[in-house]
Amino acid sequence: MTYSTRYFSYMVLIGIAFCSSIDCVAQSRKKNMQNNIQALNIHFTNIIDGRPIVLHDSNYVNPFGESYSISKLRYYISNIELHSATGASYIRSSYLVDEAKEASHVIRLRIKKSNYQTISFLFGVDSVHNVSGAQSGALDPMNDMFWTWNTGYVMAKFEGTSTASLLHNQVFEYHIGGFRGPNHVLHKVTLVLPEDGKLKQVSSSKDIYIKADVNKWWYGSTDIKIASNPSVTTPGVLAKEISNNYSRMFSIDNSRD
Amino acid sequence: MKTLITISFVIVSLLSLSLLEAIKLPTPLQLKLPKGWPKPSRNIFANNPLTEEGFQLGRKLFYDGKLSKDGNFSCASCHQQFAAFSTFEHDLSHGFNNGFTKRNAPGLFNIAWMKELQWDGGVNHLEVQALGPMTASNEMAENLDTILIKLNGDTAYKRMFKAAFGTGVINSQRLLRSLSQFVGSIVSSNAKYDKVIRKEATFTPGEQAGYQVYRSKCSNCHVEPLFTDNSFRNNGLPINTYFKDYGRMAITGAASDSLKFKVPSLRNITVTYPYMHDGRFFTLGQVIEHYRTGIQLSSTLDTLLKNKILFTKLEKNDLITFLTTLTDSTLLHDKRLGPNRM
Repeated sequence: MTYSTRYFSYMVLIGIAFCSSIDCVAQSRKKNMQNNIQALNIHFTNIIDGRPIVLHDSNYVNPFGESYSISKLRYYISNIELHSATGASYIRSSYLVDEAKEASHVIRLRIKKSNYQTISFLFGVDSVHNVSGAQSGALDPMNDMFWTWNTGYVMAKFEGTSTASLLHNQVFEYHIGGFRGPNHVLHKVTLVLPEDGKLKQVSSSKDIYIKADVNKWWYGSTDIKIASNPSVTTPGVLAKEISNNYSRMFSIDNSRD
Repeated sequence: MKTLITISFVIVSLLSLSLLEAIKLPTPLQLKLPKGWPKPSRNIFANNPLTEEGFQLGRKLFYDGKLSKDGNFSCASCHQQFAAFSTFEHDLSHGFNNGFTKRNAPGLFNIAWMKELQWDGGVNHLEVQALGPMTASNEMAENLDTILIKLNGDTAYKRMFKAAFGTGVINSQRLLRSLSQFVGSIVSSNAKYDKVIRKEATFTPGEQAGYQVYRSKCSNCHVEPLFTDNSFRNNGLPINTYFKDYGRMAITGAASDSLKFKVPSLRNITVTYPYMHDGRFFTLGQVIEHYRTGIQLSSTLDTLLKNKILFTKLEKNDLITFLTTLTDSTLLHDKRLGPNRM
């Protein structure tokens, strides 16, 4: 072998050794990371009178004696935070929970392992994502949760029919949005996790069950009667009031887990 | 041995060349800021890097009727280059199924300097602007799902999305971002006025006199060099009783915004008639006459207009003469902003 070919072979050998050692370090780092990561599934169940709702065919009665059925229920959950005594995990994403799409009822996360005591999230889409142009995924305008005439996200949609409604086909429609000014509808929801909800198990994934009591839309801050307000589809005082009502609809389902 | 090395060297070179080919990056473009102009208050391309491939894709989409339900309406149907991307000689524009728009189509230029779009500022980012006209039943009347299906079935688009964004995936975000690259790149900065400012030309005495009239009576709202401050003001127009359009108030919900509309740029004003948000005035003479005698008092009337604006007949004529120097024939004829005929 000439000097140059020998030199070339050495370089190749050194190269291979270097690359594999880097790979080795990366692998072990990855493994360490994996040991500190926990799968977490957050389940949302929309309920009325303690039972999961059924779209279209079921009849419900609101606190004012107005009977109604539901055709659409969708809302955004964003910026999930989990807090423990020693730290916190922040997930800066938005998720669209759509009653009509079963897969959307579970938010699947991978988070840092810790003994979490509370979960918080924004009910809606934060103001930054309302003013940053075209988004994708859950925030894709194709999800029909985006206003084009006064750009911004519809944070929650609740539609159905009721004999109390004087609108066409007896529909009611609540498209609740508005992300700035006094009438913004963004609410941070914080729930205390049950004692046995601690995420200390090493191997198994963990589930948090959240129930959303749909009847809370009708009362609490302001009484919303279908007969007087069958349609609220613009930002404003009424949308704000409805959001005050529905912001209290979430609770941890202690009967699960 | 030497041949072996040579052969392996050639193979390695070929491999890396083809690899480079596979990850060919789009060519970056820079929005050229005209000399002496203010910097845009924010970078509309911050999340959407401007590239030649993205611009060309946006250009093709802008001129493509595929984005409408019946194939007849492209963005360019209502935004015609020879009218500075407004609708020539139309108070309102035509859309799907003989529909009319509710407002006058504004010219599209210098949008990179705008914080909000639309006469009422209802659209807070250029990227989401096209959603309205594409889906409105009186405009292009198409829905997004169908648009994406149509584009996905077109190999030219497949190729162009890949060139612009790295993969052939066609989704709403890429559609909107490429349109934004094209429209956001339209800059009007080469009118006679600009040449005078750059000392490449001189005003005629009439134009110079008109410039002085403009400076003393119009420039508080129509601020140089954009010839607008992009604010929302009530300029004293009586409400349009047909549309009952209260402008900005519909967006903010604030009574103090009643009858406020965006101050339009005076650039290219000779080709963007008719004027005002509903196209009610056909000539510049009518517009000036409105400010001289037609202003209607109301609680939200702009304070600058409380006493109307005095114009002598001569001032009126000189002002119109000056306004013609704001027409940018470079913009109106720039082939790069027209349809790609190749």
